[in-house]
Amino acid sequence: MAQSAAAPSLAADTFPQLLLQHAQVRPGRVSMREKDLGIWQSWTWSQVADEVRALACGLAAQGFRRGMNLAIIGDNRPRLYWSFAAAQALGGVPVPLYQDSVAQEMLYVLENAEIEYAIVEDQEQVDKLLEILPQYPRLKHIYYDDPRGLRNYHQPQLLAYDRLREIGLVHHRDQPQFFHNAVGQVRPEDVCVMLYTSGTTGKPKGVCHTHAGFIAAARGDVEFDGFTADDEVLSYLPMAWVGDHLFSYAQAMVAGFTVNCPESSETAMNDLREIGPTYYFAPPRIFENLLTTVMIRIDDASRIKRRLFHAFMKVARRCGAELMDGKPVALTDRLLYALGDLLIYGPLRNVLGMSRIRVAYTGGAAIGPDLYRFYRSIGINLKQLYGQTETSVYVCKQPTGGAKLDSVGRPLPGVEVKIAPNGEVMVKTPGMLKEYYKRPDATAESISADGYFLTGDAGFFDADGDLKIIDRAKDVGKLADGSLFAPQFVENKLKFFPYIKEAVCFGDQREKVCAFINIDMQAVGNWAEKRNMPYSGYVDLASRADVYDLIQQCVEQVNADLAAEAHLAGSEIRRFLVLHKELDADDDELTRTRKVRRTFVAQKYVLLVDALYSAQTHCQVETEVKFEDGRRGRIAADVAIRDAKFFPLPAVKAA
Amino acid sequence: MSDGRNIGEVTLNLQGISLAFGGVKALSEVSFDVREHEIRAIIGPNGAGKSSMLNVINGVYRPQDGTIRFRGHEWKKMVPYQAARLGIARTFQNIALFKGMTVLDNIMTGRNLKMRCGMFEQAIYWGRNRKEELEHRAHVEQIIDFLQIEHIRKTPVGRLPYGLQKRVELARALAAEPVMLLLDEPMAGMNVEEKQDMCRFILDVNEEFGTTIVLIEHDMGVVMDICDRIVVLDYGRKIGDGTPDEIRNSKSVIDAYLGVAH
Repeated sequence: MAQSAAAPSLAADTFPQLLLQHAQVRPGRVSMREKDLGIWQSWTWSQVADEVRALACGLAAQGFRRGMNLAIIGDNRPRLYWSFAAAQALGGVPVPLYQDSVAQEMLYVLENAEIEYAIVEDQEQVDKLLEILPQYPRLKHIYYDDPRGLRNYHQPQLLAYDRLREIGLVHHRDQPQFFHNAVGQVRPEDVCVMLYTSGTTGKPKGVCHTHAGFIAAARGDVEFDGFTADDEVLSYLPMAWVGDHLFSYAQAMVAGFTVNCPESSETAMNDLREIGPTYYFAPPRIFENLLTTVMIRIDDASRIKRRLFHAFMKVARRCGAELMDGKPVALTDRLLYALGDLLIYGPLRNVLGMSRIRVAYTGGAAIGPDLYRFYRSIGINLKQLYGQTETSVYVCKQPTGGAKLDSVGRPLPGVEVKIAPNGEVMVKTPGMLKEYYKRPDATAESISADGYFLTGDAGFFDADGDLKIIDRAKDVGKLADGSLFAPQFVENKLKFFPYIKEAVCFGDQREKVCAFINIDMQAVGNWAEKRNMPYSGYVDLASRADVYDLIQQCVEQVNADLAAEAHLAGSEIRRFLVLHKELDADDDELTRTRKVRRTFVAQKYVLLVDALYSAQTHCQVETEVKFEDGRRGRIAADVAIRDAKFFPLPAVKAA
Repeated sequence: MSDGRNIGEVTLNLQGISLAFGGVKALSEVSFDVREHEIRAIIGPNGAGKSSMLNVINGVYRPQDGTIRFRGHEWKKMVPYQAARLGIARTFQNIALFKGMTVLDNIMTGRNLKMRCGMFEQAIYWGRNRKEELEHRAHVEQIIDFLQIEHIRKTPVGRLPYGLQKRVELARALAAEPVMLLLDEPMAGMNVEEKQDMCRFILDVNEEFGTTIVLIEHDMGVVMDICDRIVVLDYGRKIGDGTPDEIRNSKSVIDAYLGVAH
């Protein structure tokens, strides 16, 4: 490779300029790949620059102007990533939407952001936009990438992406200087992207970031971890999530590395193995799912393999993470670990698609300590980072070699963090949001007078100066006896069991902690099959006494763990139930980033909560569910409630 | 439903079809036609002769009486491989795939009629055959993309859930580039979501490739939604034929399905 892999000069200070710079410095290097019809297709930086130019010119010819907002909806596709750059080149603002949102949720964002132009992936998204068109007639232009199924759609708003591109090529031929001039007019202080918050609390808010801010954050990350143009990432997280925007767009634009788009969301794990990325970013949930899949396959493996796996995992737990951090380890353990690497860890990393991983990050939610330890012990440099949509996820990162499982690391260069008297974490970062779109009230509320962003998370600095986050500030509560109750902490412990997919704990202002459990259909289904237990579906499986026994073991194990943690021992789970339906974002029970909306769940299932805190042993409920197409149905079930064994506090035990 | 699609002339015409197995009359004097590009449903209670009808169309059963006219060819007796050559592909009520083979290989078997190389040439992946195989693979990949089964490309069919197997069977039928597709209960045993996906695929196939589709289905919601015309059979006799609206209001159909007080 003749072209340099070193970081580019720091002259470019807007995203379109960065793109043009890469096209000049490394025109022949691969910028993006996408697997299409079973074959990886690639585009070089100079091709990407041409594509973006064509698209930008096409949009301009269609009347898209500076200051307008462009909605982008779909899975991770190169053309959608180019749409970001094209909108930015014209001084417009790209607004990515969650592709699995139902039409009505989209309506809110479209109205709020006054969207007139939208670029979408396929028929599914077109249908949703057409559905809300009568309520939102301002939407004038819908461009679609994949024409399948759209042959007989004749709405005047629709135009194929390919046509838009052709219009752009003509426009460029007629006015060759147009694109260059447009890019020249983009200022670093212009808004570069608007990302909607997931709406854990109330309606989503549009977070506006400037080119200067987001590039500063991305540059900080790139320098901190030493990313170069040789790195490879797989982009498979929702484009509307700040994490993906930072990782697949901003950082790629700064460092010039290659972004790979999977064939479809279902093939992502397979594509991960084919690409073998060097840098990986995923919320804890994905790491959890990966581990669950592995554990299921191990359970199905022959006895020798299973034994080998467990024996070597024991070794890995003992010394894997220490070896990676360069700490002293006994010679016998070193030898055993080397053998394990050959037999187990290496192949396992390969199965996970992580053979080439240099740096892997997780963030967005707390990661279970056991989960975290697992990945680090098999030699994957998994680190935690901390940040929000509002701070361009540029607040804290664990340094390589200094990762501690219960902290999120230290403030990054240029970031100031302080703890408010009530325990809330406050942040001043170069990647700070400009404002919430059309919400000066919310902007004023979340940025303090001296320029700190109020994160809403409760945390503290430990003795080493590492930041620890316990929970959302408003979720941390107290039990009736005054002891600390951090629901997420308990839930994460539950969720580490492969059989438990989701858990919701209650306890604030109450005398004891009780929990809702969602079983993991894949893991429990497999478990039931092996016991020749027939079941008809989730509702049936969730109500089985055998399954309750299984979950009870998990809950009691968590209680035993909690008993060992002095200040959280009061949070032991006294009673639990297995929910009759899976918590679902379509029913507003989870956010689109799949975080539990605790208060909503508590209200929706108030009957069950009351039953938990009474002496009832079962409870009859009926719940409305929303299907993907917006239709509604009802699920009725008789939910059993069980008492879990709990362990006396350590102090009592000692006495 | 049919906006924009050109429903053409009659392409398949069945006249006075009677089929008996010994003393059991499966079909008696059934006549109906199928137009080009339309989606035609055959409905009826259990044992009405629906599957027999499909089997007559593609030559698995030979009717004792009646004629079949398909795209200008007329015959009384026909064998399945001839039907396949004329461009009729089908899926089965009980999935008939090679369970131990991967999805990809299963769909490739659907291309067999289109392959010019013989068995021995196919065995060595070289020269003319190599080129041919690559072309077929490219075509199969289009179908895989079309039916969104990329994630199971390399999975043995036996390990797949039922709904997906049905989709793979449809893929194999499509691989033969049929002009007419016979689907025997494509949505049986599926949940609501899978049914919706399948409906979408059937409509897409019809729209994108212009394939004429004849399907048997029990879910009336599906039938009424996606079909252009419906034939109703009961005890081997035709008791109704028309658009979904006509069928919905036809007295004899309602009687056969819901029963009447005598």
